[in-house]
Amino acid sequence: MTWKQVFTSSIGRKVTMGLTGIFLITFLVVHVGINACIWANDGGEMFNKAAHFMGSMVVIRIIEVGLFLFIFIHIIQGLALEISNRGKRGIGYAVNYGNRGSKWYSRSMGLIGTLILLFLILHWTNFWIPSRFTGVTDSLGIPLTKTYNGTEMHDLYSLMKITFAELWVVIVYVLGCISLAFHLAHGFQSAFRSIGVHNGRYNALLTSIGYGFSIIVPLAFAMMPVSFYLGWIS
Amino acid sequence: MEHYTMNLTLKVWRQKNQNDKGRFETYKVSDISSEMSFLEMFDVLNERLIHEGADPIAFDHDCREGICGMCSMYIDGKPHGPWQQNTTCQLHMRAFKDGDTITVEPWRAKAFPVIKDLVTDRTAFDRIIQAGGFISVNTGNAVDANSLPIDKHKADEAFAAAACIGCGACVAACKNSSALLFVGAKISHLALLPQGEPERKTRVMDMITQMDKEGFGACTSTGACEATCPKGISITNIARLNKEYLMAGLTADQ
Repeated sequence: MTWKQVFTSSIGRKVTMGLTGIFLITFLVVHVGINACIWANDGGEMFNKAAHFMGSMVVIRIIEVGLFLFIFIHIIQGLALEISNRGKRGIGYAVNYGNRGSKWYSRSMGLIGTLILLFLILHWTNFWIPSRFTGVTDSLGIPLTKTYNGTEMHDLYSLMKITFAELWVVIVYVLGCISLAFHLAHGFQSAFRSIGVHNGRYNALLTSIGYGFSIIVPLAFAMMPVSFYLGWIS
Repeated sequence: MEHYTMNLTLKVWRQKNQNDKGRFETYKVSDISSEMSFLEMFDVLNERLIHEGADPIAFDHDCREGICGMCSMYIDGKPHGPWQQNTTCQLHMRAFKDGDTITVEPWRAKAFPVIKDLVTDRTAFDRIIQAGGFISVNTGNAVDANSLPIDKHKADEAFAAAACIGCGACVAACKNSSALLFVGAKISHLALLPQGEPERKTRVMDMITQMDKEGFGACTSTGACEATCPKGISITNIARLNKEYLMAGLTADQ
C-alpha cells in the first residue's frame, strides 16, 4: 500500500477533505479574530496594525502559502469527488429519497462549496489581491496608507469602508457568509468523522461545537460589511 | 389493528434484461388484505400475470423473515418501504390504504446493475467480503467460548455491526451510491473482536480497494444510509472504518 494509494482511495480522498477542512476552520478563527479589530472604534488603527503584522511577518507568509495550497486541494478534490459521486448512480429514481436521515445542506456540500468559491473570487479581488499585488487604493486610484509610529502601512480599514458602502457588495458578502454557515454546519462534524473520530462522546461534542461554530463565526463575518454599511463603526 | 382489504395501483419498473432500457408499467391489484406482506401482494399479482400469459415480475426474495438480505425494492422513495428498520418481506400491507398508488423501483447504482425487473446483481458485496471479510482460525473442535475474554460493550457493538444482512439498502439510499455503511459494519464487526486481529490491517485495505474497484461512491456522512438500514446499523461504523483505514495506511510497512 503506497502513500498514493492511501490518499487516492475513496476514504483517502475524504481524509484529505477532512484534514484540509479542519485547517481551513482554524484559519477562519484567525481571520475572524483579526477582522474583529474593526470594532475597536479607533479609526481602524488596531485593525490596520494587525493586518500589517500578518502581511509582514515571515512565518505568517509561509503559512499563507500552505493556506492557499490547502484551499485549492480542498476545492479541486471537493469538485472531483462531487463529479465522481454523481456518476455512481446511473439511472436516477422516479421518487426521490428526500430528507430521511439527512439534511439538505449535507447533500449539497458541492453546490454550497461552489457558491463559497464564487464569493471567494469576489473577496480576493476586493481585498487580498490589492493588498498583496496591485496596491490598496480608493476608487480614484489614490493609495490608501496610514502611518503609525513611523511605519507606513496599507489602510485596509478605509478600503473596507469604501467597499462596503455599496449595497450589492454587502448583500453578496452576507450571502457568502450564509453559504459558509451551512457548509460548516455539516463540514465541521463530518471532517472529524472522515479522519476516524468514532467515539460517541466526542461525536456528540464535535457536533455541538460544529453547530455553534457554524453560527457564531459566519455571523461575526456577516456583521462586518453590515456594520460598515449601517455606519455602526466610527 | 382491524383487518381491511384495499385496491391499489402499482407502478413497477419492468426491464427484460441488463441491456433493455426498461420502463414503468402500471398494474391494478384488488382485494389486497392488510395482513399480507408486500411480497405476498406481488405473489398475488404475479399469479394473475401468469394466468393471463404475461411475464411475471422478477424480484429477489428468500427467507421472507427479514434476516437473509435478499429482498430489495425501492418503494415510494425508500429502500424496503415506509417502515423503519424493516425489510420489504416484513413490510405489511397495513402500511398502505385503499386507493394508494405505490411506485416500486430496483436499487439504483452502477455497481448494482439490474438483471431483470426489480432484481439487481449484488455480487459486488460478495467480492468485497471475499477480499478481506474473513478471519484465520485453526480447524478442529470449536474452542471453549469462555477461553477468550471479550469486553461486554465491545461484544455488543460487534454484534450490532454483525447484524448487517448485506441487502444493499444503504447503497440504494445514498446520494453517492456509497457502500460504506455495509463495509463499515463488516470491518467494525471484526475489528472489535480479538479474532479479527491477525488480518486487521490487510482486511481494511483490501476491502476498500475492492469497494473502489466495484464502482461505489465515497461517503458524505449525510446519514441517509443509517435512516434506511433495516438492521439499524449505526453510521458510527463508517467513522470507525475510517480510523481503521487511516491506522492501517499510516503504519503499513510498505
